[in-house]
Amino acid sequence: MEKHIEQIRIEAFQELGEASNPEQIKEFSVRYLGRKGAITRFLRNISGLPPEERPEAGRRANEVKKELDAAVKSALAAAESGPPAAEDRIDVSLPGRTPPRGHLHPLTRITREICDIFTRLGFDVAEGPEVESDYYNFEALNIPKNHPARDMQDTFYISDNIVLRTQTSPMQIRVMENSAPPVRIIAPGKVYRCDSDLTHTPMFHQVEGLLVDEKVSFGDLKGILTTFVHQIFDPETSLRFRPSFFPFTEPSAEVDILCVMCRGKGCRVCSHTGWLEVLGSGMVHPAVFENVGYDTSRYTGFAFGMGVERIAMLKYGIDDIRKYFENDFRFLRQF
Amino acid sequence: MKVSLSWLSQYLPVEMTVADIAEALTMAGLEVDSVFDRYAYLKTVRVGRVAAVHPHPNADKLKLCDVTIGDRTHRVVCGAPNVRPDMLAPLALPGTLFPNGLLLEQSVIRGQTSEGMLCSEGELELGPDRSGIMDLNPELAVGIPLTEALNLHDPVIEIDLTPNRPDCLSLLGIAREVAAIQKNRVTYPEERLSGDTGEITEKTSVTIEDPGHCPRYAARLVEGITIGPSPFWLQDRLLSVGLRPINNIVDITNFVMMETGQPLHAFDFDHLEENRIVIRTADEGEKFTTLDGKERILASDMLMICDGKKPVAVGGVMGGLNSEIENTTTRVLIESAYFDPVSIRRTAKRLGLGTDASHRFERGVDPDGTLTALDRAARLMVEIGGGVLVDGLIDERPKIIENRPVTLSVSRTNRVLGLELDADQIADLLRSIEFGVEKEGSNALKVTVPSFRVDVTRSEDLMEEVARLWGYNRIPVTSPAMPAEAVRPTRRMTARNRIKDLMAGYGFAEAVNYSFIDRGACDKLQLKQDDPRRRLLEILNPLTEEQTVMRTSLIPGLLEAMGRNLAWQMRNLRVFEVGNTFISNGREALPDETEMMAGLLTGTIHEGAWHTEERPADFFDLKGNIEALLNALSIPDLRFTAMDDKDCSYTRPGYTARILAGDQALGLLGEVHPATLKAYDLKQTAFIVELNLDRLIPLISDEKQGRPIPRFPSVARDITIIVDRSVEADDLLRSVLEMDEELVEDISLFDLYEGENIPRGRKSVSFRIIYRSAHETLEDEAVTGIHQRISDMLLKKYNAAFPT
Repeated sequence: MEKHIEQIRIEAFQELGEASNPEQIKEFSVRYLGRKGAITRFLRNISGLPPEERPEAGRRANEVKKELDAAVKSALAAAESGPPAAEDRIDVSLPGRTPPRGHLHPLTRITREICDIFTRLGFDVAEGPEVESDYYNFEALNIPKNHPARDMQDTFYISDNIVLRTQTSPMQIRVMENSAPPVRIIAPGKVYRCDSDLTHTPMFHQVEGLLVDEKVSFGDLKGILTTFVHQIFDPETSLRFRPSFFPFTEPSAEVDILCVMCRGKGCRVCSHTGWLEVLGSGMVHPAVFENVGYDTSRYTGFAFGMGVERIAMLKYGIDDIRKYFENDFRFLRQF
Repeated sequence: MKVSLSWLSQYLPVEMTVADIAEALTMAGLEVDSVFDRYAYLKTVRVGRVAAVHPHPNADKLKLCDVTIGDRTHRVVCGAPNVRPDMLAPLALPGTLFPNGLLLEQSVIRGQTSEGMLCSEGELELGPDRSGIMDLNPELAVGIPLTEALNLHDPVIEIDLTPNRPDCLSLLGIAREVAAIQKNRVTYPEERLSGDTGEITEKTSVTIEDPGHCPRYAARLVEGITIGPSPFWLQDRLLSVGLRPINNIVDITNFVMMETGQPLHAFDFDHLEENRIVIRTADEGEKFTTLDGKERILASDMLMICDGKKPVAVGGVMGGLNSEIENTTTRVLIESAYFDPVSIRRTAKRLGLGTDASHRFERGVDPDGTLTALDRAARLMVEIGGGVLVDGLIDERPKIIENRPVTLSVSRTNRVLGLELDADQIADLLRSIEFGVEKEGSNALKVTVPSFRVDVTRSEDLMEEVARLWGYNRIPVTSPAMPAEAVRPTRRMTARNRIKDLMAGYGFAEAVNYSFIDRGACDKLQLKQDDPRRRLLEILNPLTEEQTVMRTSLIPGLLEAMGRNLAWQMRNLRVFEVGNTFISNGREALPDETEMMAGLLTGTIHEGAWHTEERPADFFDLKGNIEALLNALSIPDLRFTAMDDKDCSYTRPGYTARILAGDQALGLLGEVHPATLKAYDLKQTAFIVELNLDRLIPLISDEKQGRPIPRFPSVARDITIIVDRSVEADDLLRSVLEMDEELVEDISLFDLYEGENIPRGRKSVSFRIIYRSAHETLEDEAVTGIHQRISDMLLKKYNAAFPT
């Protein structure tokens, strides 16, 4: 005869108490509650009992089965939430299977940041050719041939009439020739100047801006550029506007910001002046409007331009402009 | 432009500190580059006491002196006749850099070490005397710096002038600006000489044959001059702004130029044949030797100052050697002229000869300042050179440079600047810089611009004057009205940004190379002679040999960047660049600019990873990235197909794919040709991709169409066939899709095998076809028929077989 159900129950709970991990509990469960388990066998063999004991034994066996079932479940739950064995652990500090990490060029990052700021201020982006006619690059911008202002920009020539653009300002003309005011554009892109030393590369990047409308004032120019500087650097950055000369603007202004490195105390970056020149700007010269057929009595506007490399240098603390174009991986992967 | 405070204070009382003046000038648009003390070179010169004088053992005229500067005694060799014990004299210590460029070092003179030098005032440029060492006031404290002892301080302001302000290329010009800042007035030097008529016309004449180039030419004649060094005050003026004294006559012309901004020239009158001046353009190819001793070849549009027979000066640029002032000169013809700025600039450029004179003429000198400068020089030549002025003046003026008044609207000025000034305020500002202002009604000012302000011709120019005198920083900040319409970034900008982001997401670093390349790049890439990328756009004035032409491909830049990185031990590279290429249409036309993207992959994949075995990067690594990119951009009907061997130049035949969207070629992808690797001296292979963004970007589709999720399960069936190696797998897949079977949902290649059990020249290709119906759960039998048709088609079309 099989063991008495009560004995099976006692033994079972004893064993269950000893099972410490989920595997052992599952194995126990099979041993007692499985198809060939002790309880199942007991129930299957119940016919071997005297007939008067059968109903009671059956009822009791089913009770025990239920009870064990519940005990297994809760033991399993307890075991699963408890600490796993030492060999049941992985070294989570091992590096994962990372996809390789790429990098946008710092100039791309800054150009985007600049464009995003001006886009939010309602400016469209206009792009144009890097090889330009002398007319668009100079003459239409009020820089006649043989004008000393041409000395301000050392030009790469393809021929007398074709140049590598020295500024993205030709886009001002191209846009104004093709659209009536109001105009609000920025023109990012590569520009070229025949100059190479510690602080100059023969190719660099500019973002130019132009706003033309009725009643645009120099105060508005200050407003837009102040907003821009506060966004690209920080809202505490002081600006100063200084008279200067650009042939295509009158009045013209250089925009200095308080040195972002030393906060105006004077350091190497600002040549101990406390200020950094970051933007050229001014009210659009009437001669430029005349060249594109805008009514100078009705419209005024302002234009501005900045070097992307310079802004990136200040924002990222890059000390050598040539690094932008060496494509040294040790440099690129910092961004 | 350099301005010494000592000289500046000759024209107005300097009331502000030099730092404040510098700051104020910068804020007035005259950017101050630096401020330095002109006596900085004296910082290592001390007051020394000659303690003892001994004879020099090896030289009679030299003496050995013990000179104390307080704590130390220096043994100095000295040849001055006036050196004597107990005198105080300036001792220059080793390391002193004299104004003439000489660096004093400890030296051995006739066998005796000299630890410094006792100096004359001439040597220190403190005075004319060179006959002996300076005999300093015995009351001075020994050892203190000489600058302190003699109170030698003269700040020099160096201004970086913009080309529109030639008026400030003079001391008086700067003085005017300082006067406006200090709100005081400039005191001008003596007025003009009297006697504009007289015998000069009997002795010489001026003929202007080319009034266009030379609107005005004035001259005076001074006789009986003795050439010699200038008095020290004059030398000192020149030295204070960095000019070297030469002789009294030349120094006077330089002095007056620096003072007034009007360049002058002095001719030895006796070297002028026929004693007259003719102004004409040069003969083409004519040769002429300038003052610097260099022979110049002239062009027919260059303006020459000639005598009766020959050229004697390149007008406005440089005088000739043949008429230069010499020690024997006694009669001097002084030239003061107004030359056409454009002509001077062109000539100076063509000759590669920029001078102080040409710099001023090409920016524009004061057309009405001709005679003031002339008279100033003539007067000084009489005073200093001991000459006699020949009565009378020559002033040929065939073309008057007009100076029309400009009308300025008060309201418009305020509107443009964003200010609220009244007419009086504006008038006061303009008057402070010597503009004449009269009111014309309530809203207009009639402004007479002084002749030296050649840059001010229209009302906007006056507005700038008003703004800068008022102060840019006092103009209130305002905001322009915003447009009502929202701005949309351009399609190209958006697309380019997306492409860059995706490539960076796939692990590529973005490179930016110069747009110029070396002319030899085409050969390194083995481009065919008729390849359009050989149509190079040449730069006329390149900086270096490596930057002579504009790039026609981005590949050379990437290969060179790879080479540099390999040299820096960076061997695993994924890099891409977006930029324009330039195909020439001839020098006189704009080139075809095409925006391209190129990428390069080289090195090892999973290098040093613990979880995955490392392996060399291959074609399919790069292809996978580019497929992912193009799929992300929803480029329709994308295909990669073998590029004909004859079309592979810088990529390896058999390992190069053309990238197509439908029939349109987008670019190529492949392994770099071994010969190209060699040409770039690259020791490891690389895979490159080129995409034409001008073609790609219009194909990018952002339109998405939602479709219902399938409701019924799919059935997958595999098929393996053996085909010739030359059959492109993609063709097989396409053929199946082109059958347009309704139930075929997808097909994908999952195995490829060549080798044992497969005949040579054949390959086994396995792919899986997913069948699905939109209307019911497919039973196996339902697809059997279709699957059979597909097999039949493949067997027939590709001469395929089933595996045995």
